[in-house]
Amino acid sequence: MTRKAQKRFDVLVIGGGPAGMAAAATTAECGLRTAVVDDNLNLGGQIWRGDSQASAPADAAQWASRVQSAGVTILAGARVVHQLEPGILIAETENEVYELAYSTLVLATGARERFLPFPGWTLPNVMGAGGLQAMVKAGLPIRGKRVVVAGTGPLLLAAASYLQKHGAEIPVVCEQASWVDLARFGLALFGQSGKLRRSLQLKRELARVPFVVDSWPVGAHGQTVLESVLISRHGRVETIPCDYLACGFHLVPNIELAQLIGCQILNGCVRVDDLQQTSVPSVFCAGEPTGIGGLELALVEGQIAGFAVANRPADAQRLFGSRDKLRHFARALDRAFRLRCELRRLPLPETIVCRCEDVTHRKLSQHNSWRAAKLHTRCGMGPCQGRICGPATQFLFRWNPDSVRPPIFPARVESLASMSPHLEPEPAEPIHSAMIGGQ
Amino acid sequence: MPETVELTVNGTRLEVPFGSTVAVAVAIAGVACRTSVTGEPRGPLCGMGVCFECRVSINGVPHSRSCQVVCAADMEVITDC
Repeated sequence: MTRKAQKRFDVLVIGGGPAGMAAAATTAECGLRTAVVDDNLNLGGQIWRGDSQASAPADAAQWASRVQSAGVTILAGARVVHQLEPGILIAETENEVYELAYSTLVLATGARERFLPFPGWTLPNVMGAGGLQAMVKAGLPIRGKRVVVAGTGPLLLAAASYLQKHGAEIPVVCEQASWVDLARFGLALFGQSGKLRRSLQLKRELARVPFVVDSWPVGAHGQTVLESVLISRHGRVETIPCDYLACGFHLVPNIELAQLIGCQILNGCVRVDDLQQTSVPSVFCAGEPTGIGGLELALVEGQIAGFAVANRPADAQRLFGSRDKLRHFARALDRAFRLRCELRRLPLPETIVCRCEDVTHRKLSQHNSWRAAKLHTRCGMGPCQGRICGPATQFLFRWNPDSVRPPIFPARVESLASMSPHLEPEPAEPIHSAMIGGQ
Repeated sequence: MPETVELTVNGTRLEVPFGSTVAVAVAIAGVACRTSVTGEPRGPLCGMGVCFECRVSINGVPHSRSCQVVCAADMEVITDC
C-alpha cells in the first residue's frame, strides 16, 4: 500500500549527479537542512554510475563522502512527477509518495543522450552509447561481443574505451563530425590540461580501434535482434556484422521539471544568472540543464549554486573564473559536435520516429509543428512523453517541443490523487498497476 | 555477499550476477522486453530510465522500468506485459 509522507527541507536538490552532489554538499556544509532526490538507487548520476564503490574515481569518492558527512538526506529511487504548489513537489518511489516542501530548490537534472532515427534503430541491441555502457555497469556480459560505436560527441570514445576494457571487440568508432571540427575542438582543449590529458589517454586506450570521421549509421539489420549495421563512411556504405550498436548523438539537457516550474528556457537550456539562479525566485539550476558542459563545469556550477543558496556570494564569486573557462570549453563542444544536415535524411518514410506510439517519419512529415503532430499522430504522447522523439523531431523538422504537462513522468494513480490537496487515495483496491503518462 | 541471485523470467529460472538490473536478466534470458504497438520486439535504449522501452512486469507490477530495478531473489519477471 502506498504511504504518503511529507518532508520539509531548507534546500531540495533534484538530481544526484556531480552538480547535485556539489550543490548539496555545499549547502549542507553551510548548515542548511538539505536533501537530494534521485531516480537512481545510488548517487553519482550517469557519469559516475556504478562508481560509488571501491573502484570510484577520486572525485566521485570525495564528493560522495562530503555529501555523507555533511548529513545530506538522500531520497534515492524517487522521481519528481509534479509540483503541488510553488514550494512543494510530489515525488514517488516504488511504494511511497512524498510531498517535498522546500525553501530553495536546486535543479540538477542532468542530461540524456540524443537519439536520431534511422532504418532499423528500433531493433533490440541498438542502444545509446551511454545506454550500453550503463547496461554493462549494471551487469550485462559484454566480453567477446562485437560492438559498433557510432554517433557524435566525446561520450563515444569514453563508452568505447569502457566497453573494450570489459572485453568487447570494437570494430570501429564512427563520428559524424569532420576532422576540421575535431581539430578546432582539440585546439580548445589545449587551454584545459585535464581534459586534454583525458582525451589523449582515451585515444591511447583505443589505439587499435579505427576511429573514423564523416561517418554514421544508415541502417541496422536483424531478424529479431541486431545482426549487422550499415555504416556510411566518406559517402561509401559498408556492412559490419555486430552484436550491439552503441549509438548516441551527443546530449540534450533534461529541462522538463524546470519547464513545469516555469523557469525561463533559452535555446533548450535553463537560463540562469551569475549565481545560477533561474528566472523563478528561490529556484537555482546547475550542470547540464544550463547547457551541456561536462563533469567539471557541473561540479563548479553546483558549488556556485550551493554558496549562492547559503548566502555566501563571495565564495561563489571565487569560482566564476573556473566556470568561465569551462563554459568556453562547452561552447567548443557545441560547435565541434553540431549535427550535420545529411543526418536529417537518415529516416526513410516508413522509419519509426516515436518509439512509444510507433509513429513513422511519413506521418510526421504531414504536420508543421510538434503540437499538431502530437494531436494528430500521438507522437510524444507515450510513456517517455517525448523525451526521445522530441529532440529527434527538433532536429529533423526544426520543431519546438515546447510544452510540458504534469505528471512529467508516468505516475501511479495514488500519486496523481495526492496531487490534489483535497483528495485522499482510496485504500481498498491495489490500483498500482494503472500508469498514466499520456498528455 | 552472494555472487549470484536467482529469479524467473517468463517462468524460466535464471542465475544472474548479484547487483544486476532486471534489464540485464531479461537480456541474459535472450528475450525482448516488450512488443511495440505495431508488433515490433523492443529492448532497452537509454539504460537510464528515460525511454521506457525496457518496461516489463516485475512481481506483478506491470510497466516497471527494468533498467532501474536491481534483481532480487525469486523475483518474477514477465516480459511483454
